[in-house]
Amino acid sequence: MSSRRLVTLSVNGREHEFDVLVHRPLLEVLREDLGLTGAKECCAVGECGACTVLVDGLTVNSCLMLAVEADNRQITTIEGLTPGESLSPLQDSFLAHGAVQCGFCIPGMIVSAQFLLDSNPSPTASEINEGLAGNLCRCGGYKRMLRAVEAITEPEA
Amino acid sequence: MRAFDYARPSTLVEAFELLSAPDGGVKALAGGTDLLVGLRNGAIRPRAVVDLKHIRELAPVIRADKECMSIGANAVLAQLTASEGLRRDYPALVESAAVVGSVQIRHRATLAGNLCNASPAADTVPALLAYGADVVIRGPSGERRVSVDNFVLGPRETVLTAGEIVTTIVLPTPKPGTGAAFARLTRRRGVDLAILSVCCLVDPEGEVRFGLGAVGPRPFLVRDSAAAVVSSTAAEQFAALVAKASPITDVRASHDYRQAMITVLARRTLAAAIERSSWVSP
Repeated sequence: MSSRRLVTLSVNGREHEFDVLVHRPLLEVLREDLGLTGAKECCAVGECGACTVLVDGLTVNSCLMLAVEADNRQITTIEGLTPGESLSPLQDSFLAHGAVQCGFCIPGMIVSAQFLLDSNPSPTASEINEGLAGNLCRCGGYKRMLRAVEAITEPEA
Repeated sequence: MRAFDYARPSTLVEAFELLSAPDGGVKALAGGTDLLVGLRNGAIRPRAVVDLKHIRELAPVIRADKECMSIGANAVLAQLTASEGLRRDYPALVESAAVVGSVQIRHRATLAGNLCNASPAADTVPALLAYGADVVIRGPSGERRVSVDNFVLGPRETVLTAGEIVTTIVLPTPKPGTGAAFARLTRRRGVDLAILSVCCLVDPEGEVRFGLGAVGPRPFLVRDSAAAVVSSTAAEQFAALVAKASPITDVRASHDYRQAMITVLARRTLAAAIERSSWVSP
């Protein structure tokens, strides 16, 4: 039983040691201690998905996970999805389809969409809807996002 | 979030001790998708949280045993929906697991946690009831096994006493030719809680079981061994279900709407279950 704990977080391929207060959510540590502000806090109840990151390759709501629970696990945030300043084909497709409006939901949306495509490279429209059901867009730009994902599921010419 | 202490036991015995605190101020943590919401909004204010994910006896294993399927307490819902054995033999449980929260939630939320959280609207519990699942519980004074029907007592209330932990959920193998189906109503398709949910199971001799959620203080089971539900006239067909329900009016739906929809979902799930079964109407 302790209020602090020494944890090792592997974030975007780099290991970080923290003496962390055990009640701090993973999202807070990512944003405030590591400066990775791509993942956002919004609903704090697991509905909006703005805080979505990958833990051991699976999408999770980082607002509903304690940093201590991520001890010794591999975390990938939106910042770690693409190397350097480059964009992924999915991100390019979002831009090309005008799928980004205010942008607040986009980091979480991209992480979820990339996970979907990595686990199912040719999803149907309903599988895309289901795969992104845990990510809300306050601007309501879902149709363009759906098209942006669909566009890169088509077989290459 | 308010401060609390955290422990990460690696054995059940350690966990029993930590969870036996007499003041009840210690909460068990599995996937955290319900607990963290409560911690964050202040609805739950424990002194300490005990993380159960590193206990070997609770390993996230879904295993076919002789005449049953065992689901370890740390198995997450995404494992259930991906399990070929469950998809083949318990499709209605998989259907119910597939509608819990979102992909992100299902990567973290456990079946045991959905049960232990004891929400009247827990999505997977009607299916566990219909399939006749048992809960294996271990605690300081040994092991016991209770049916899911006897496990949930009321809203947020189970038979678990201080120090006790659910280790496994055990589903008996359905008789060959059994069919089952799950349906629920929500306000929107995405992340939402059930207005009501129904799981119907029909076995090859025509015994019918309904598990109902969100229409009473706890999910409940209605069994009909004489196939009366199936063969009686439409008007009175689902009277037994409606009679046992006591739906409330809340932000999601009114009492009257829930009451009316019991019959609708019962009819739909019954038709789907019969379709999947080998039972033939006499």
